[in-house]
Amino acid sequence: MSCCGPNPGYEEIDQVSRLVSARLAAFLRTLRDNGFAVGLHEGQDAASLMTAGYAKNPSLLRSAFKHLFSARKSDWERFDGLFDAFWLGKRARSRSLTMGSARAASNPSLKSLSGHRPEPRTASDGAMDQIPSADGADNNRSGEGRMEGASRADNLAEVDFRKIADPAQIEQAHEAAARLARAMRTRLTRRDLARRRGYRLDLRRTIHGNISHGGVPIDLVRRQRKTKPLRLVMLLDASGSMSMYTGVFLRFIHGVLDQFREAEAFLFHTRLAHVSDAMKEKDAARALDRLSILAQGAGGGTKIGESLQTFNRWHAARVIHSRTVVMIVSDGYETGDAALLGREMAALGRRCRRIVWLNPMMGWEGYAPEAAGIKAALPHVDLYAPASTLNSLAALEPYLAKL
Amino acid sequence: MRDRKEIAERLAASGYIADAELATAISLMLMLKRPLLLEGEAGVGKTEVAKALASVHTTELIRLQCYEGLDQSAALYEWNYQRQLLSIQAHRGDNPDAVEDQIFSEKYLLERPLLAAIRRDKPPVLLIDEIDRADDEFEAFLLELLSDFQVSIPELGTIKATTIPHVVLTSNGTRELSDALRRRCLYHYVDYPDVDREARIIMARIEGAGASLALQIARMVEGVRKEELRKVPGVAETLDWAAALVGLDVRDLHEAPETVHETLMCLLKTQEDTSRMTREVTGRLLGRVA
Repeated sequence: MSCCGPNPGYEEIDQVSRLVSARLAAFLRTLRDNGFAVGLHEGQDAASLMTAGYAKNPSLLRSAFKHLFSARKSDWERFDGLFDAFWLGKRARSRSLTMGSARAASNPSLKSLSGHRPEPRTASDGAMDQIPSADGADNNRSGEGRMEGASRADNLAEVDFRKIADPAQIEQAHEAAARLARAMRTRLTRRDLARRRGYRLDLRRTIHGNISHGGVPIDLVRRQRKTKPLRLVMLLDASGSMSMYTGVFLRFIHGVLDQFREAEAFLFHTRLAHVSDAMKEKDAARALDRLSILAQGAGGGTKIGESLQTFNRWHAARVIHSRTVVMIVSDGYETGDAALLGREMAALGRRCRRIVWLNPMMGWEGYAPEAAGIKAALPHVDLYAPASTLNSLAALEPYLAKL
Repeated sequence: MRDRKEIAERLAASGYIADAELATAISLMLMLKRPLLLEGEAGVGKTEVAKALASVHTTELIRLQCYEGLDQSAALYEWNYQRQLLSIQAHRGDNPDAVEDQIFSEKYLLERPLLAAIRRDKPPVLLIDEIDRADDEFEAFLLELLSDFQVSIPELGTIKATTIPHVVLTSNGTRELSDALRRRCLYHYVDYPDVDREARIIMARIEGAGASLALQIARMVEGVRKEELRKVPGVAETLDWAAALVGLDVRDLHEAPETVHETLMCLLKTQEDTSRMTREVTGRLLGRVA
């Protein structure tokens, strides 16, 4: 069977394209604004589709464009709404995504860290802590919040994130979190590469290398399958009680996603959002912008159990394999059903290799895991660690390296 | 769009019950000469699409199953080393250049799926199955092949495609594919079929499944999929179950609730799911099936 109809001549394309190209270009822009990866080539194909007769039938055109412009499931699901909104003038909810970016700034919990909390207290009682506690060097000093001179960067590592109020320092802390993520990644991969020694014969290279011996295999070349890299799945609590920490953890996650070849990130408060794609934006500020749209409702209550249920049901099979570490960053203040949280944690534990629970509040003096949520979750957690300072994040690395 | 209609008809004739948009996808594939990327949960029938496509074009289906560590020698070509070694031994003492020319000729080349697909007389359907299982490096290599349709073999030179195959890629989403590959392809998301389509699939595939039974089975499966299961049953499981029911002479699900419950293991593949699907749950689901 040959292809659809005769190829439109160039003149014809030219004529029609003058009519539609303006609108088509605007449509492509809309798609790009909505995160579609649409290139020049797709634009040309779209124009030739329109001249080939697809333009006469809107539903056919929509279906054709959908195949052409979508690149992943989320695109596929949103496309019809966008198409209808643009070409048929229907109101679609997806459209609000483009305008949502303006709202980003009004979402304080994601973008700012400033805030006032009760005075900090020190030292933790690590319940099952296997990490040398970074909090040993207590963070009383952090009280003054503003450090001077060369020691500033070092000190920042010890400062509880809550105590950083100066915008410049916030930026520094963010940078440090991103750097930390990068450094962790580099060191973790290097370990893998050093281990590469072969057990299987590479026949092709062996023969090739022995042509000079008349084909008699004297020097053997071996090969080995690459070891699977560790995959990191992060679930970040973005609820009100965590608002002081969300910003810096987002930066950390952004750094990790950028560097780890296999990492996925989710955000949850009263519901769960998959944010890996938004976070893949190279520019951190833009990534956060895109994120704040996804995270609308952040800063409210926390339904950890329900969010985990959603995760287990819809995402776990896809993002978790046998070498996956799930990292949950949350204070464990569950406003939903604590029993459900326990059940879902058990289900999650069965799937993945390790569950790491980072609790910023653990750095506070006198904090004990008494909230019903954290109590229900702890039995299923492999590592429960504080995460209120940069050092406590850095202390995670040796643990991850061992897996 | 005469061709679209024709494609839909041929799909139906081949026994594949397509959703409306698939015909569009296939006609676009032909028109724009782009590969088709199919994504969807395991068991929704992505591979079947490629098979159906092959029968629409009445052409050969060449399949490359991807796995981690898949490399050129398994995907593209390989020299027949045993024969080469034998030949070297047999021609010992001959002019070495002549021997080399001989052992690196077509005769000693083993075609693997990718090379085979571009050297046929009639364009075959090339199914690259579960591309997400192969690693990034292979994906990059594949991308190059899909845009140039030529292969360079160092010892032999460049081999240009005699035909451009119809390429179908499938992915289960175990790994995020690169944007470059996604851009290159047309995208089609394959979802679980709706009740009506699934019923038609059952009728087409299972001999002896009447319309009313097929519809009941499809409704029941739809209900089961909405339960919280660790492994959601796919179309293949539905067909297994339908075959089991037909084999056990069930005409109406309501008449044999016990058999229904006992044969549900065709759909449920983990112990946890089986224990979750108690008699009460089955009864409740059955109650909703008209």
